[in-house]
Amino acid sequence: MAVVELFGTWFSPYAYRVIWALKLKGISYEYIEEDIRNKSPLLLQYNPIHKKVPVLVHDGKPICESTVILQYIDEIWPQNPLLPADPYDRAVALFWIKFADDKVYLMSKLYQADGEEQRAAVKEWLEMLEVMEEHALIGGKKFFGGDEINMVDIAFSFVAHWLGVLEDVVGLEIFEPHKFPRVSSWIQNFKSIPLIKENLPDADKMSAFSKHGREMMLASKSN
Amino acid sequence: MAEEVVLLDFWPSLFGMRSRIALAEKGIKYEYKEEDLRNKSALLLQMNPVHKKIPVLIHNGKPVCESLIQVQYIDEVWHDKAPLLPSDPYQKATVRADYIDKKIYDLGSRVWKTKGEEQATAKKEFIESLKLIEKELGDKPYFGGESFGYVDVAFIPFYSWFYAYEKCGNFSIEAECPKLIAWAKRCMQKESVAKSLPDQQKVYDFILQMKKHFGIE
Repeated sequence: MAVVELFGTWFSPYAYRVIWALKLKGISYEYIEEDIRNKSPLLLQYNPIHKKVPVLVHDGKPICESTVILQYIDEIWPQNPLLPADPYDRAVALFWIKFADDKVYLMSKLYQADGEEQRAAVKEWLEMLEVMEEHALIGGKKFFGGDEINMVDIAFSFVAHWLGVLEDVVGLEIFEPHKFPRVSSWIQNFKSIPLIKENLPDADKMSAFSKHGREMMLASKSN
Repeated sequence: MAEEVVLLDFWPSLFGMRSRIALAEKGIKYEYKEEDLRNKSALLLQMNPVHKKIPVLIHNGKPVCESLIQVQYIDEVWHDKAPLLPSDPYQKATVRADYIDKKIYDLGSRVWKTKGEEQATAKKEFIESLKLIEKELGDKPYFGGESFGYVDVAFIPFYSWFYAYEKCGNFSIEAECPKLIAWAKRCMQKESVAKSLPDQQKVYDFILQMKKHFGIE
């Protein structure tokens, strides 16, 4: 029987993408927690170029990059598909997944910034949310995937859960629900799904962990 | 059913070239529309409202944006000829072109956009990255193995810019990465590639104009 292993970290939004995909398809897997300050030899062997999580290992073969992993999972286990079957609809989904992937850096940009840089980071966040509101969620859909979530919803999950933690850590309200009604609706729908609700890192734990890290980082910056 | 394919593009665009090559590989007839990026057409703004960028592939009136997504789309729709992506899911997962976009494009830009110390650093990193890619190629005729494929399509456009990078940075890519140049020349023997890439001198002249425009010596 094929063995599926997932290397991840407890707070990583990328690792959760893979967890949700595997659970959605009912695939059993072994989860290995990595300490990013002390990476295991196995992880370094499986992902020598980037040395990052998540890494999915299927039958001893490693696959890196969460979006690539999800597409692989979708092909090997086609039940509960994560991408549309039609090539055009798939191209549109991939466009939004790339858009989301290209914006995840805003998480660390805001986390690391203060003063002028912080204002610039907030502006970029708002621009991204506006694009989601005006272009991505049109048509009154419940989810990006329609009536059910798909890979696009999963790709934007950092907005649904991790943004809230980040706001708490930096002490700013960036996402005002009344300004982004469609995004707000989507977040509520997304987080209500039992599979998602039951598989999210604890917000308070993440907040405390991140706050501490941020204090240390900003202190060393000003020295 | 008559297929209508339009490509909104800009002749020196490395990304546009990818789609041109993919369309040529599949023998698809399409309308090429040159965009003036300082005066973008209403069609471009309508077809790519999020990024307002080229290339945009319009198939029967519906837009596909992002060059690598276009190449994948072209490969899927016109799947009966010249396959570009492997059919095996694991091989497909290991066929990666995003490193090229994230690293090579940015480093190459810095080589022609900067000077002095900054340029020296950019050159060094650029060559290091090319060497990594050369290592990926190994002794295979193409990145895809025996046949021309997705990664080859993603990377060969950069060859049309090599002369410009070399002149701006005063170095020889062939001296540093002979295998990569051999691969590039092999690709250029394919009609789909040769007719999709602009002349290297023309690209260099374009870069010189851009430098003047940006006030870079």
